[in-house]
Order: sequence, then structure tokens, then C-alpha cells
Amino acid sequence: MNMELSRRAFLRVSGAGIAGTSLGAMGFGDVEEAQAAAIKPFRLVNTTETRNTCTYCSVACGIIIYSKGDLKKGEKADIVHIEGDSDHPTNRGTLCPKGAALLDIVKAKTRLTEPMVRRAGSDTFEPISWDEAMDKIARAMKADRDANFVAANKDGTPVNRWTTTGFLAASATTNETAWCTYKVVRSTGMLVFDNQARV
Amino acid sequence: MTNSWTDIRNTDLVVIMGGNAAEAHPCGFKWVTEAKANRGAKLVVVDPRFTRSAAVADYYAPIRQGTDIAFLNGVINYCIQNNKVQWDYVKAFTNAAYIVKEGFAYKDGLFTGYDETKRDYDRSTWDYVIGEDGFAVVDPTFENPRCVWNLLKEHVSIYTPEMVSRITGTPKDKFLKVCEMIAECSSPTKTMTSMYALGWTQHSKGSQNIRTMAMLQLILGNIGVRGGGMNALRGHSNIQGLTDIGLMSNLIPGYMNIPTEREKDFTTYMSTRGFKPLRPNQMSYWQNYRKFFVSFMKQMWGPAATKENDWAYAYLPKLDVPSYDVLRAFELMHQGKMNVYFCQGFNPLQAFPNKAKLAESLAKLKLLVIMDPLQTETARFWENHGVYNQADPSTIQTEVIQLPTTCFAEDEGSLVNSGRWLQWHWAAGSPPGTAKTDVWIMSQIHLRLKELYRKEGGAFPDPILNLNWSYKDPHEPSPAELAKEMNGSALTDVFDPNDPTKKVLEAGKQLAGFAALRDDGTTACGNWIYSGSFTEAGNMMARRDNSDPDDTGAYPKWTWAWPANRRILYNRASCDIDGKPWDPTRKLIEWDGSKWAGYDVPDIAPTAKPQDVGPFIMNPEGVSRLFARGMMREGPFPVHYEPFESPVANVIAPKIKGNPVARVFKDDLAQFAETASPEFPYPATSYRLTEHFHYWTKNNHVNAVLQPEFFVELSEELAKEKGIANGGWVRVWSKRGSVFAKAMVTKRIRPMTVDGKTVHVIGIPIHWGFIGAAKKGFGANVLTPYVGDANIETPEYKAFLVNIEPSTGPVA
Repeated sequence: MNMELSRRAFLRVSGAGIAGTSLGAMGFGDVEEAQAAAIKPFRLVNTTETRNTCTYCSVACGIIIYSKGDLKKGEKADIVHIEGDSDHPTNRGTLCPKGAALLDIVKAKTRLTEPMVRRAGSDTFEPISWDEAMDKIARAMKADRDANFVAANKDGTPVNRWTTTGFLAASATTNETAWCTYKVVRSTGMLVFDNQARV
Repeated sequence: MTNSWTDIRNTDLVVIMGGNAAEAHPCGFKWVTEAKANRGAKLVVVDPRFTRSAAVADYYAPIRQGTDIAFLNGVINYCIQNNKVQWDYVKAFTNAAYIVKEGFAYKDGLFTGYDETKRDYDRSTWDYVIGEDGFAVVDPTFENPRCVWNLLKEHVSIYTPEMVSRITGTPKDKFLKVCEMIAECSSPTKTMTSMYALGWTQHSKGSQNIRTMAMLQLILGNIGVRGGGMNALRGHSNIQGLTDIGLMSNLIPGYMNIPTEREKDFTTYMSTRGFKPLRPNQMSYWQNYRKFFVSFMKQMWGPAATKENDWAYAYLPKLDVPSYDVLRAFELMHQGKMNVYFCQGFNPLQAFPNKAKLAESLAKLKLLVIMDPLQTETARFWENHGVYNQADPSTIQTEVIQLPTTCFAEDEGSLVNSGRWLQWHWAAGSPPGTAKTDVWIMSQIHLRLKELYRKEGGAFPDPILNLNWSYKDPHEPSPAELAKEMNGSALTDVFDPNDPTKKVLEAGKQLAGFAALRDDGTTACGNWIYSGSFTEAGNMMARRDNSDPDDTGAYPKWTWAWPANRRILYNRASCDIDGKPWDPTRKLIEWDGSKWAGYDVPDIAPTAKPQDVGPFIMNPEGVSRLFARGMMREGPFPVHYEPFESPVANVIAPKIKGNPVARVFKDDLAQFAETASPEFPYPATSYRLTEHFHYWTKNNHVNAVLQPEFFVELSEELAKEKGIANGGWVRVWSKRGSVFAKAMVTKRIRPMTVDGKTVHVIGIPIHWGFIGAAKKGFGANVLTPYVGDANIETPEYKAFLVNIEPSTGPVA
């Protein structure tokens, strides 16, 4: 369910089919064609529309993202435009100065694209493969957990906690990401676990 | 939010205090505009700055930051003294008539049981008298001097308009005007809504700020009704969701608790979670705790969680301190007690107080792992950026791994808005480079760690090896699979306990809601409050029907709201004791003689008789609490405490500095300015701009152009006194650090008179750092104190002391 046939989709379809309107049947065909040829094609024609939610505050304004290419068809999709969803009950299509500039955060020059490592004492990041990065992380976690896991407290009560490694969770990831994160973090016995609810 | 953004249209009075919705939540603020235009609603703004919310308000009153409790206790006092109380509501739906134990008392800013060395209370007297029948004793006549109402009346009596003005700096006439406007909403047909945000939470007594307004709303009868409620304007797009799912040190999804080490076994853990009703007939819905808990454990560990092993209770870590929140985490790091730290879409070097301490702490880690779509200051804490981030990389041994993640536009799933709507969204674009989803990364961590433990063994591997991970592609579970786990399903066929021949659930099917959960291991559910969001009927969160029968603002078929698709919490309280709406023009639900029905899902059993069962079904009392019993660390009633750094001593309790029960680490205490310090004479407050979102949008060219440069805001009077020019450089410093900024000299901040003394407030926006498209600048957290709220450890960002002088700007 990428997008229901909304009023907007309907307008787009009907707009693209202007040469086939009733005006043509009324004998104005040549004029119509000439005018149609002079008009620059609407830039959002042939884009894929996807419903999404603004990533910033918890008003959670509905947005429509327009892409060249369709992920659902297995294509590479390049986002070209983002606007407010006028069918959304809360924002009714409006966006604030942050939401109106969402395209530029998706395309920010400071987006990260490849895994990097900064080694001890170094003054720069250098590339690292995903495989090597994930192995290093798992190995560091295991070494720390095995060395510092507290199975029982002084009274001999089983406590099974790990407090020398911590995890600071996000604030704009999905619930599904959050649940996956919760499962992985909690299963290790980690207690130093928090999110951004306070800031 | 108890209500929703779209419900604000139903109100008669909007009070924005502790927030600035017009600038921080502009598209939600449109519902204030709607209420003003269509209902003639009024807007009151109480804030240290004349914000853009204030600019469109019907009435504005200035207040010194950190004195909201004094102000609101004063409003409660005004309402009681002038009989502006919705009595039918207070009598039926609050604990006003409950009798409090002998021994409970209040004196000079403290309640019974304070231990100064522990900075904590013995709370044993903070409770009701329990009768021989096991129920709380009540006096419906309110004649007993020990009933909650009489104790409250006495408690707030010191907050006279004169006293309020003396503490808060709000002129007495302005305070009284606000009181009059609020008091009108004690009518059953007039409703007020409270919209607040970090302006209330980011104080060392933030929870009590909110509680005081909640008490006022109960006295006015404004909870559970259309256009009413306590409406927290959450900050980030899914911080509500991350909290619901319990991504905190001490939480299990659905607001259950991680055990403490005193709860050595499951029986002990459950012994304090019986939630026996405190009055006859009450639902006390937490009585179902065991069902929620066992179903959670079954979802986590599947067949490894059995009745015999107490549902794998041993797999849960046990707390030795109340919480390992971020402030404690960095304190431990600073002490060299942490080795590895993950930051998932989080930039703590900018987000938490006392930047110098944070940077020192990060430098003591062995490994820092960053998962983020964007570059962050935290990932580059070791990099030298001159005055903006002084560092010598050669001396910092911390290894940093920086992993690129997808952003909202490249990911699918649900986010929870302030009004608790779970809105599903879809991926629209391909990620840049080789960026991965957080789910993929977390799965890699789990699978690789599991493999290491399988091959090598090690410390208690069982909870890792047995974690339920039955996904189609274990390397990247789909959002739908994860959402279905949170909703919950039947693990076996489930039969009616009263009729074993009757099958009520079929094995493998999604549950319709949390009412189906069992405590015998036959159901699994990751987060009981989300049960009903992804059922056999499909993904309810993906619904996009924006119909709204009779224009109530509920939009019941638009996505899905927790719990049970309920749009307004406590909605049974929208009706009187007989089940008739207080205001027939704003009907929400109604008792039709046999059941509850209406525009919203009733927040009560559908057949619960209105005279018998109270509306606050999560409380064992069945009513709301004007007296909080032992549930707040500071005490059952709110007390005015000064911020830890304050320009004046606490007028009502001069010996008490800050909040007497807030946790303060030893080294941080030494970094607080003295009360009324001549060295740091000006109270500062941090704030946000409409063009920026935290530290993200400085990466965005458009927003960087709109607000390119760090500035601080001060009054014309202070600028004149200090010789500071509008647009000129200033230096601002606290006991923890120093920043350079451009001066914005405005009329939006005016000097105040507090306890006879002139006080100048300085405003400091938070959005700059040393990474991104905007000019390099300083974070407000260079200056702010390292102390949190006593109940939930939200840092005190809104009230601290600084000094200011004209400057020539930073030397590069």
C-alpha cells in the first residue's frame, strides 16, 4: 500500500491526459495540442508517490515523497521532492520551516555513506568494511561482557547485569527498529540503556 | 498527550506554559488558531520570553524560569478560595475525600520523613488510612481535617498572589488576570487545555511542574474531556514510541519495570504488583500485570521461557540503582567505569549538560560506536575545532566506529506522535552509498555475538543464545514481522477458562487486543499497549481513512492510537456520575443504560456501571490523585523549589538549595554557582528556534541559511547596563564553560522584580556546533549544570546562572 488513489493521484492522472479531454471533442483539438506542446512537462509526472511522516517533531505531519524510480518494483529510487500531505488530519498539507526543507536533509552533504573508523590516537577517519566493522564491534562487546558481567551481587543473589557497555537509543527511528534494538540490547543484560526522551 | 493535536480545536482556553508551540510545533499550533477562530477560544501564554506564541495570545504574563510550581499552586489556591472548583467532578473522580494517615505533615519546604544525608524520604506516612475492610477510608462530606482536600487547601494557602509575585516575578495584576481566565473553566461546559514541553520538563523538579498543572486540571474537571487534558508536546518524531517500547534503563515495554536486585525471584517481583483495588468495584487494570509480563517474556525468549523457570526471570538484568540514565552513564564513563558505548541517532556531546565533562568522559572509552544518517559532533569529539572543540587527537585513545544508517525517507515502519497515534510510513528512496537500516545493524550485532558465544561460551550466554529470532531473513527482520511481534499472537490454541470446550484463540493468529493476553504462556506479546495495532485484519497503523463523524476531531479510522485505538484517555470522565456528558455539545461517549458508546473507544469496561466504577482505571482507587501517595520522590503535594542555580534564595524555605531529593554527583556539586552569586548574576534559559531542529538541521543548507549563527538574547535594559550592542559579540560564561555569541538585544525579554530584586534573564538557543552547513558555534550545553529531575533525570536546561560581557569575538 504505497499510496491509495487519492485526490492528488487522480489530478495527476487526469492532468497527464489533457489531450483526451472533452475539449478535443469540441473541435479545439489543434489549439489544445499547440498549447500542450508549449507547456513544460510537470516535473512530478512519472514520479512515485510515497506516504511518509516528517522526521522532526511529534506533531508528525504527513508528507508525500516523490521519487524517480519505484522501490516496490525493485528499482533504485531517487527522491526529488517532498511536500505536505493535504489528506492528513493534523497538518492538512502544511509544513513548518523545518519540514518544508526536508529534501535538503535527505540530501545533506554531511550524510554518512560508508562505514569509517577512527583508530586510537589518530586525527582522521578511515574507511572500514561493514564486515570488519561488525566483527570488531561484536568482539569488543564479548570481551567486555565476559570480563565485567555481574552474575550475582555480594549477597549471592543472581543479578545478571552488564554495566560497562551502554547503549543510547534514538528518537526518530521506527517502533519496529526500537523493538529490534530492545531485544538485542536487553538479551545481553545491558542496563546502561537510555533514549532521548529527556532532551 | 491525553488528547490529540486535532482535539485542541474543541477547547475554550489554551494555556501555553512550559512550551512555545507556535515556534516549536507550528503545524500542531494551527489547532489553537482553529479553536480561537471557530469557538472563540482564548490563548494564555506564561513564559520568561515574549515568544511568538505570546505574540498571538489573548493574554501574556512573564514568569521567572523555574518558578512554575509557585505560580500554579497560587492558581489552585485562587480557585479554592474563590470556589472555582468543578465540585461534582472533584467529589466523584478524585481522591479529595480520602483520609491521609496520621504522621504525614509538611513544614518549611519538607514533608515527613526526610533524610538529608540520603537526599531521600521515608515515605511510609504518605498514604491513606486503610479500613478494616481493606479499602481506603473516605469522608464524602470533606469534614475530616485529614482528608486530602483539606490538606491540599492548607498546603497551597501560603501561595497568595503576593507570595506568587514575590517568587515568580510575575506582576500581581497579571497573575490575577490569568487566575480569572483559568478559573472560568471550572464550569462543566468550559474546558481548558494545557500545552507544555521542555519548558516544564527540563528542570530539577520537572515532573512536579507537570503534576501541579494536572492537579489544577482535575480541580477544574478538565481531564478526559474534549478540548481538555494534559498535553505534552513531545519533541522528536518517535520519542513517544521509544519510551512506550521501554528503551530505558529501568523499563519493560508498556511501562512495566525491570526488576531491582531486591526482587530476587519472580514471586517477590510480583508481590508488590498485585494492584488490589483500594475501593470497591474498581477495575485497577494493572491487576493484569502478570499477563502482560509473561506474554512479553514469551515474545522475547519463546520456548526458553517456561512456567518452571519463572518465564526466564533470570534472563532479565537486575538494577542496583534506580536507573542508569544518560547522566549516570557519563558520570560512570568519567570515572573510567565504562568501556564501550553506542550512540544510535543520538548526539550526546551536544544534547547533555556540561560539554567539557562529556568530552572528557568519551575520551575514557575504549570503543565508541556511532549509528547515524549524519555526521555528528559526538563522532568527532576527538577532532580539534579550536575554541569550538579543543582536542588533541594524539592523546585520545578511544576507537570510534561510525556506521551510516538510512533516514526516515529510506525506511518503513511506524512512529508514535504526541497524541499516541501509531502512523505507518513507507520507504521512498534508496539509501546513499552503503548505508544500512538500524534493524540490519542490530541484527548483525546479535547474530555475530550469538555465534561467538555458541563457539566459545562465556558469561551467561543463555539469554543471547535463546533470544527469539524466528524471522524469514534473520539478517534483516521486516518491519511487518517486528510490528506483529509487538502486537502479539496466540502460541497455542487457547480455550475459555470457564468453558474448556470453547476455543477462543487459534494457534499462530494475531491477537485482536490486550484483553486476549494470558499469564500461562499461551500468548506472546512484545508490548501490550500496542496490542491491536497489527491484527488478523491487517496493519491498523497503515489505515488512512480521514473521516471524522460529526467533526469531533477524533479521526478514529486514521492509523491507530494506543491503547485500543482510544483517542482521548480517561474519556469516561467526560460524563458525570450517571454517565451523561458534562457538556452535551461536546459528547465523547455516553452510558445508554446498558453500555458505554460514542465517538471514542470507551476508557472503561463497556458494561461497567457509571455509579460503581471510577474512570481512572489504571489506579487502584479508580479515581485520580490530588494527593500522590508515595509515587513522587519530592512528596504527595508539589512544593516550590528554586533551580540549583538561582538568583535568589527560596522564599518559602531559605535553607533548601534546589530540589532536596534530586540526585547530585559529588564533582558536579562543586560546579554549581552559589545562590545569588555576584559572580554569576543572570538566570539563563535555553530555547529552540522555529527554523531549527536540535542539532540536525544545521546540516541542512536551507535551515542554515535561515538561522546561520549562534546568538544569545537579552533585554535592552541589560544591554545598556553592560554596554552591549545589538549584533555585537558577547562572551557568556557559567561555572562550567564559556561561549562567544552574537547579541540579540530585544524587547522580548524584560527585567523582572523578584523578591524586591531586579533580575535580568538571558535566552540561549541550542542549535549550533562544529559540524554541518551552518557557521560554527557553541552549544548551550557548554554552560548548563549537570543535574536532572528527581524522578526521571531530565537535565535542568531551563534555569541556570551565567555572566555576560561585551567581547571582540572568538580568536580562531
